[in-house]
Amino acid sequence: MEIKQLEKKAKQMRRDVIKMLTKAQSGHPGGSLSATDILTCLFFKVLRHNSADPKWPDRDRFHMSKGHCCPIWYVALAECGYFEREHLDSLRNFGALLQGHPDVNVPGIDVASGSLGQGLSVSLGMSLAAKIDKKDYRVYCLMGDGEIQEGNIWEAAMAAAHFKADNICAILDQNGFQIDGCIKDVMNIEPIGDKWKAFGWNVIDINGHDIKQILDAFEQAKNFKGKPSIIIAHTVKGKDVSFMENVVNFHGVAPTKEEEVIALKELSDE
Amino acid sequence: MSNEMLYQRDVYGKTLIELGKENKDIVVLDADLSGSTRTSFFACEFPDRFFNFGVAEQNMMGAAAGLASCGKIVFASTFAMFATGRAWDQVRNSICYSKLNVKIVATHAGITVGPDGATHQALEDIAIMRVIPNMTVIVPCDGPQTKDAIKASLDITGPVYIRLGRSKVPTVEHKRPFELGKAEVLRQGEDVSIFACGIMTKFAMDAAVELEKNNIKATVINMHTIKPIDQSIIKEMTKKTKAMIVCEEHSITGGLGCAIEEVVAECACAIPLARIGVRNRFGQSGNEKDLLKEYGLQPEDIVRSVMKMLNK
Repeated sequence: MEIKQLEKKAKQMRRDVIKMLTKAQSGHPGGSLSATDILTCLFFKVLRHNSADPKWPDRDRFHMSKGHCCPIWYVALAECGYFEREHLDSLRNFGALLQGHPDVNVPGIDVASGSLGQGLSVSLGMSLAAKIDKKDYRVYCLMGDGEIQEGNIWEAAMAAAHFKADNICAILDQNGFQIDGCIKDVMNIEPIGDKWKAFGWNVIDINGHDIKQILDAFEQAKNFKGKPSIIIAHTVKGKDVSFMENVVNFHGVAPTKEEEVIALKELSDE
Repeated sequence: MSNEMLYQRDVYGKTLIELGKENKDIVVLDADLSGSTRTSFFACEFPDRFFNFGVAEQNMMGAAAGLASCGKIVFASTFAMFATGRAWDQVRNSICYSKLNVKIVATHAGITVGPDGATHQALEDIAIMRVIPNMTVIVPCDGPQTKDAIKASLDITGPVYIRLGRSKVPTVEHKRPFELGKAEVLRQGEDVSIFACGIMTKFAMDAAVELEKNNIKATVINMHTIKPIDQSIIKEMTKKTKAMIVCEEHSITGGLGCAIEEVVAECACAIPLARIGVRNRFGQSGNEKDLLKEYGLQPEDIVRSVMKMLNK
């Protein structure tokens, strides 16, 4: 897909997120929308994967450490054909395939997430397995900026650099908010780039909604040897839905029916 | 009667080498305690399949999940306190929920850790591991059974917790080959059934010999698998013996005793049941002998408790 097509795809996936969350009347829109452009680039351009063979041993791995933003992951997987799109309509319902947080019953998901701070460790394990097996697949791990307040993240950061896990590309979806408010007020993480640099990572700073910048960053990370890379993606929570942008309440509150109408209008292709 | 005394962790280390030769998918992880847990044996033999995570157990367990998701059979070791306590969330959410093939082999469990004291004496690990769905829990009683348990854990494609001690333990005279989930009857007697795991198994045998001098006949059962628990032997003993006693080097809350009580409570055939274990206390520094005495975990404590139950 080219940049224009990816932009169009991202818009459609944002609409899907709005629709599924409105239907579920539960879930996390803010962080799903901030991560949409990143996931669009990954699933439709960057990742080496095959939905017909979800366990293909040579596939690139993607792990969403900030599991609560799974609506956008589910949309991406459905769009790639890992499962029928109709499952998006039963998100978070009793008996549904798509649980409130990701689990391994969903084709394309290798390890559950939801309890924050564990995903970079899981990704490191996947990276070490590639090294043992001398495979060239890459491991992508999406983290939230609130999430990295967890100590486990920094254990993993230290170890990934120690093991020279240059097949890892972490992405920090830095939308600036967590459930209790602004990150800088709840628990400041800055200077965040310096922290990752100090931990021995290759740090790439981008606008997380600019498709070209995202693609370039993934390419740069892929070519960087000897250190793991992290893309610090500056994003907007609730991106492209005017009344959700930078509104902390939309971290974990689904839109109403009325809000859905407005959001879908704003996200229409016209 | 053999007088063999073995470190379970030595047996573990040697068994890992054996398994590592047979199976290239085996990967071993440790968190800066590889010398103590003996995973260092494997590290010397297979450096490419060993990873030391430093003092970072949570990261080790998360990475174990990631490795297992790529088809590796992961052995992750550290002291029982840190494997189960420090990293419980990672064990529950990243390993067990996804039913990943990770064997957590923890050493230095129980009061017999000795001089290190309370912070290093895991007395709650059985409880907090057996409560997690998908987890299997094994507490081998001696050196040879440690080897059997490690090997048997490979028959399960999923998480297993294996609890080992720090000290040398006497080898028990076994009556049958190790079978996961199936208790081993070491001795038969109709008055009382003594259930035990780990180091307490040998003490239960010693207690049975003492009880016989008082004309009390004891069945001794080695409950090496705590989850899934062997329900049939428990139910059988409620009918065949007059009283039961459960012995464990663990808190009486949530461990083997509770696992057995849960079965007894549901089978409507309750008989008197006593428990030998640590009673709502932390451990402390000391030598093994003094600690076993202080916490009531000696053969004579078992004898006394049985006599009291049977009004002798």
